[in-house]
Amino acid sequence: MENIIEVRNLNLYYGDHQALKNINMDIKKNSITAFIGPSGCGKSTFLRTLNRMNDLIDSVRIEGSIKIDGKEIYDKNTDTISLRKKVGMVFQQPNPFPMSIYDNIAYGPRVHGIKDKKTLDKIVEDSLKQAAIYDEVKDVLKKSALGLSGGQQQRICIARALAVQPEILLMDEPTSALDPISTLKIEELMEQLKQKYTVVVVTHNMQQAARVSDDTAFFLVGDLVEFGSTKQMFSYPKDKRTEDYITGRFG
Amino acid sequence: MRSKFDEQLKQLHIDLLDMAYLIQDAIQNAMIYFFEADINGAKKIIKNDENVNHYQKKIENICFNLLIQQQPVAKDLRTITAALKMVTDMERIGDHASDISELVIDMKDCPILFNVDRFKEMYSNVVSMLIQSINAYVNKDIQMAKECIKEDDEIDLLFDKNKEDLIQLIHENPEKGRAAVDLLMVNKYLERIGDHVTNIAEWVIYSLDNNPVNEQ
Repeated sequence: MENIIEVRNLNLYYGDHQALKNINMDIKKNSITAFIGPSGCGKSTFLRTLNRMNDLIDSVRIEGSIKIDGKEIYDKNTDTISLRKKVGMVFQQPNPFPMSIYDNIAYGPRVHGIKDKKTLDKIVEDSLKQAAIYDEVKDVLKKSALGLSGGQQQRICIARALAVQPEILLMDEPTSALDPISTLKIEELMEQLKQKYTVVVVTHNMQQAARVSDDTAFFLVGDLVEFGSTKQMFSYPKDKRTEDYITGRFG
Repeated sequence: MRSKFDEQLKQLHIDLLDMAYLIQDAIQNAMIYFFEADINGAKKIIKNDENVNHYQKKIENICFNLLIQQQPVAKDLRTITAALKMVTDMERIGDHASDISELVIDMKDCPILFNVDRFKEMYSNVVSMLIQSINAYVNKDIQMAKECIKEDDEIDLLFDKNKEDLIQLIHENPEKGRAAVDLLMVNKYLERIGDHVTNIAEWVIYSLDNNPVNEQ
């Protein structure tokens, strides 16, 4: 399978503190990759390097290379707006904008210059359908997204990310604030999304990593300890530290 | 971390060993009563099989609880899966000890009709295999489990030889046909026990081996 993300010798520092140490990783197109590890291990930091969200933090210094579709994203000519259009993100807490469901989804396409109502209508409908929320909200598109349940809000956020037609969807603990049924819906959605997108998900829930992902990466204090097929990692981890973490001996 | 989980795994280990020693006793005594045509002894074996079944249920319950409560992965998952499979084989060994005992009751003194030396050799090999598989489990010794598996070939050879001798016996003494068939069944039960012990040893390897290349 073709790689969509290629990371080479990536080091990241917050001031003097090194948060990521020489990370090398290839992420396959149309797959789900899970990042696991105890708090502070660098998994979310690493996720944020994939669409340069860390640029927003002053003290951050990054060395190494990240290529997406073969193109260096840390090149000085990279347009971060286009990069973040290509590499969308969904956060831990559902964060819909304080506006209608329709406007939440249409926001991104409008920023990118789409004004035609019919085109926007189609994008909104398609995005909501892909995020498996259309049937629940199709009659209340003009109502505030803030009135929806947490699980629905999170799917609105996924629809909003999909509306700008990304290639990659980064999800930072997307279900940790949700109840089990909403979690299940998001997990099933991820399975559908990988037909069209590449999904990278940070999760504290190891069963979730085992359930949804094709590949898993285990991070520990800034090191990528082990990266490989999820099935292999949860049945025959290669590294003792991975075994100890996933079996709950520390973390 | 995980002290309750470790405690539950320890209990699983203790119960598995108790059950293993119970079936070791069952098969040893069943064969002693067979050689001595001891009907009262045979009846005791049949009665004691309830204990073996009780342990099977108990261990299965521990495994199901561990699966639900701890959602184990990696080596923990393999340990619990292996335990679930091992108890099935151990329970079948207990059944075969009972089956042999039922034949002792039916046959009365028929072992005397036949040279049972080869049965003794087969029985001794089966028990030695069983002890070896238990020791491999206790000592977490993959090599010992592998050696145990190899011994099954010898049991299969003895089974074939016994079978030929019994066919011969039926040819020469048709009136001993019924007894010969009963003996053939004892022969088969011993051979099957060898197979179940092989399975146990294979599950010991599965639970200990970190290398998925060896996964069958």
